[in-house]
Amino acid sequence: MLLIRCPYCGLRPEVEFSYGGEAHISRPEDPNALNDEEWGDFLFMRANQKGAFRERWVHTHGCRRWFNVLRDTSSHEIHATYEVGAPKPDVPGAAKPVRKPRARKSAKP
Amino acid sequence: MTGSMRLAQGGRIDRSKPLRFTFNGKSYTGYQGDTLASALIANGVHLIARSMKYHRPRGIMAAGSDDPNCMVQLAKGARTEPNLKATQIALYDGLEATSVNVFPSLDFDIGAVNGLLAPFMTAGFYYKTFMPSQAFWNKVAEPVIRRAAGFGKAPDAPDPDVYDHCHVHCDVMVVGGGPAGLAAAKAAAATGARVMLADEQSEFGGCLLSLDRTIGGKPCAEWVAETVAELDAAEEVRLLPRTTVTGLYDQNYMVAVEQRIADLTRSSPANPRMRVWHIRARQVVLAAGSHERPLVFADNDRPGTMLAGAALTYLNRYGALPARHALLVTNNDWAYETALTLAANDVQVTVADTRRDVAGDLTDKLTAAGIALKTNRTVTGVTGGKHVTRVTLKAMNDTRDGVTGEAEEIDVNGLIVSGGYSPAVHLHCHVGGKLAFDDERACFVPATARDGLRCVGGTAGHFTIAEAIADGLSAGRAAAVDAGLKSGRAPKALAVEGDIASGAGAIEPMWLMPADKAPNRSKAKFFVDYQNDTGAADIALAAREGFDSVEHMKRYTLTGFGTDQGKLGNINGLAILAQLTGRTISETGTTTFRPPYTPVTFGALAGRDVGDMMDPVRVTSIHDWHVSAGAEFEDVGQWKRPWYFPKAGETMHQAVARECRAARTGVGVLDASTLGKIEVTGKDAGEFLDRVYTNMMSSLKVGFVRYGLMLGEDGMVSDDGTASRIADNRYLITTTTGGAASVFQRLEDYLQTEWPDLDVYLTSVTEQWATVTVSGPKARFLLERLTELPLDPDSFAFMTFQDAQVAGLPARIYRISFTGELSFEVAVAWHHGKALWEAVMEAGHDLGVTPYGTETMHVLRAEKGFIIVGQETDGTLTPDDLGMNWIVSKKKADFVGKRSLIRPDTVREDRKQLVGLLPDDAGFVVPEGAQLVDDPVTLKDVPHFEPPGLDGAPIYRAGKGSPVPMLGHVTSSYWSDALGRSFALGLVKRGRTRHGETIHAPLGDRTVAMKIVDPVFYDAEGSRRDG
Repeated sequence: MLLIRCPYCGLRPEVEFSYGGEAHISRPEDPNALNDEEWGDFLFMRANQKGAFRERWVHTHGCRRWFNVLRDTSSHEIHATYEVGAPKPDVPGAAKPVRKPRARKSAKP
Repeated sequence: MTGSMRLAQGGRIDRSKPLRFTFNGKSYTGYQGDTLASALIANGVHLIARSMKYHRPRGIMAAGSDDPNCMVQLAKGARTEPNLKATQIALYDGLEATSVNVFPSLDFDIGAVNGLLAPFMTAGFYYKTFMPSQAFWNKVAEPVIRRAAGFGKAPDAPDPDVYDHCHVHCDVMVVGGGPAGLAAAKAAAATGARVMLADEQSEFGGCLLSLDRTIGGKPCAEWVAETVAELDAAEEVRLLPRTTVTGLYDQNYMVAVEQRIADLTRSSPANPRMRVWHIRARQVVLAAGSHERPLVFADNDRPGTMLAGAALTYLNRYGALPARHALLVTNNDWAYETALTLAANDVQVTVADTRRDVAGDLTDKLTAAGIALKTNRTVTGVTGGKHVTRVTLKAMNDTRDGVTGEAEEIDVNGLIVSGGYSPAVHLHCHVGGKLAFDDERACFVPATARDGLRCVGGTAGHFTIAEAIADGLSAGRAAAVDAGLKSGRAPKALAVEGDIASGAGAIEPMWLMPADKAPNRSKAKFFVDYQNDTGAADIALAAREGFDSVEHMKRYTLTGFGTDQGKLGNINGLAILAQLTGRTISETGTTTFRPPYTPVTFGALAGRDVGDMMDPVRVTSIHDWHVSAGAEFEDVGQWKRPWYFPKAGETMHQAVARECRAARTGVGVLDASTLGKIEVTGKDAGEFLDRVYTNMMSSLKVGFVRYGLMLGEDGMVSDDGTASRIADNRYLITTTTGGAASVFQRLEDYLQTEWPDLDVYLTSVTEQWATVTVSGPKARFLLERLTELPLDPDSFAFMTFQDAQVAGLPARIYRISFTGELSFEVAVAWHHGKALWEAVMEAGHDLGVTPYGTETMHVLRAEKGFIIVGQETDGTLTPDDLGMNWIVSKKKADFVGKRSLIRPDTVREDRKQLVGLLPDDAGFVVPEGAQLVDDPVTLKDVPHFEPPGLDGAPIYRAGKGSPVPMLGHVTSSYWSDALGRSFALGLVKRGRTRHGETIHAPLGDRTVAMKIVDPVFYDAEGSRRDG
């Protein structure tokens, strides 16, 4: 069981949190402007990468706030947690930045 | 062997405290400090169990959790515990233990005939024999094999014991209390660090309790006692004997299980039987020691066969002689200590070494002790049905893959073996640590470093006590420093004397010993994994049949499964596989080490979260009334909801029919408090609800209520409920009972991450409002007795709400209906719920007011064709599939899920659609979940297997044609009192275009024809809504 640092409440056990999947995928401003493939991409396609990964968590049994976590999916090491809207922290020791999820024409950065 | 094998003196047992115990009904005596295994050995008992597959007699091989054979059933009644290892059971007075897997008795076991069938029971035997038929497996093979192969028996009464969980943090956690662990704890504690030290045995010291060494100038037992006393006295040190760290997880989180009580009958709620420790440590020192490996030769499993280290332990620690005439077979120097110690206790010893050359100092010692040494030897046979009597040796040929010369027979009553040591690297591997094969020591050692984890002593492949002590001292100190403690002065080095062999180069690998015949041609068994009866021949078969990956070999041959998880056999098994496939051991690799290190009883994991404490129970404020009225309850999420209210002698069917009749013809009341309720406030509340519901909520006038549907972004119905506009900037929305928490979380998600610009606040008010639904033609008449508010349709329109006093309580009345009848939902403060309910019951007494439960609610709404999210829907249905396009706004540019409603898949014409279903047999209620097909097939029409006949062979019925297409299924099905017949709701492909057609539900022995109809069965025109 991991300890996760909620940006609002501090270090708390994993059982207080819920997982929300890959971070930084915004709901398109105008879904009607997307063709079926683009919309299907937004709905279903995720990076699912090994290594450093930006993901969403919510402190369900705490402050109920959503926030982002930079976690290594193979070692489970949590490099950073940060508020929604805050700048993305770098991966410690990584020469190149985290591989970006597949580009989507309409998805906000 | 007969007679006492207990030494007159020596060992760590207390001869002044004799303990009586029984094994298989026979009485024996042991002493305080014994394990069940050591006491049995002292009584000359070696035959403990029968093996799983061949029912071969088996004895005690090891002295700890690594023993694969000696499983027993401990105690009786509710506290009985199966499959405990005799080597780990601390003896207590009155202990009762029996063998497992024997029938009718250990001495005479019918299953031993399996041994004769051995040629047919090779690796993959289960798969090959039973693959053809599921039915044959279920009815014949599985029960028979279970009885023959099953180990102990589970208790058949609830566990009377209590188990605790403790959560702790420390600076340095030391796993294992042998020489390395004690030294590490000592060095860490010297810095003032908060240290925890756990060891699975009842006494700290590990192998030092069985060895003769001098540490820091003192006998090692004295050093252990002093060190433990020093640690015990240190304020920041916690000692956990009888505690096994079963798993190491991320962030140095560990689970450890403490066996608190040996004599189970002394357990009580105030004296928990076990304690599960959840430990978070800044630093971990892994000093788990190592496991000795047996050697693989013909019939290497006869009782009386024992590992060299275990023999030394029984002799030195327990004062129990494993044999009087012993042969030691070894490939390494470390085992010589056992030979010398046995000889010193007047045991006649012969040593057979697989190596050609043995170091001169060792041969000198053997000569001095009068021990005969035979080099370059292999074992070609072992005789002795229930105990080893004779061992046959031969010399190895020049290429060391076969035998040469004459056989030598040696009569013995003990066969001591040693194939070297394997570090206990399990915890290191639990967190992803990698291993490398060390050729010098012939074992896998930890190869990767991990922050905050140090492997020391035997776990690092350092098998001498001198190495272990030095490792421990430096790692303990370094761990404390890394944990943030000031180092102070370095701990004094401790001189160790008495190690018989050096660290490296003291072993020549010997995995499969040369024999007269190769294992797969030999009648003898070359056991690798004793618990699973896996032999070298099985591994050869696996390799031959292509299961040459070590993970495949494991699953095909069962090597490494079971309660010992292959602590003895794994490395031998994979090394033999490597040999057979021409790979190195490194290339072959190990299987994955997973927690738990040793078996953990479910009771310990459950802790106090059992019975009423297993899951929170939520009840409404009216719950006590329901209980006293004799309601049957249904679990809905964590809520207890009344299911129906049977009167004396009524069946469920009768009670539900009566409740339905009351609500349709008189007046019924329902406790609806459990519906999820969320208050949505803020100036953008209307805009927000427009985005999350399919229909328009911002246009709702204050005082009005609207039904709404929520979708996922994928366009599938996810929840439904009502929205009431309380004020301009204030709505109250309801959710399904089970969906309350997830809807709330999803709405919060949208507000926080997608639309933080909206001025909206959500508050869960589920438990602020108790709700009583009054429904039926007489509902208005009843409620008028409790309030002055005019309730006639002109004053109080459908889908509106008004605030009023009801029964003297401040209340909000909603005119909404889930039954189709005239209905009022009266909401009051949660703590007024029961008062309101009782007032309604009293006011309606002469009207025959009838409480109804969820079952009646379900029937009434189904008669009206109202869906229940989660019953009619399963996350794959759009509003159109449910015939609910009327609630999907065409005006709104966007709402959650809208874009998905025009995806190619959601506009397919052959989607499943909600329909009503009327069985031709009007008296038959079709089971919910029944599949729907077009052909009126029965089971005999389609190809299938039938249960086996007397000959045990399953019967295949060819049937005609191929399986029929499944067109949908029944989602709700009831008896309707109002219709006087059965009816159902279901999903059928293109169902809306098929009204009037017949569809079939094949139910095994019969097939029920049903007519497809509109899903609204009752009062389609809605004339009853206003009463």
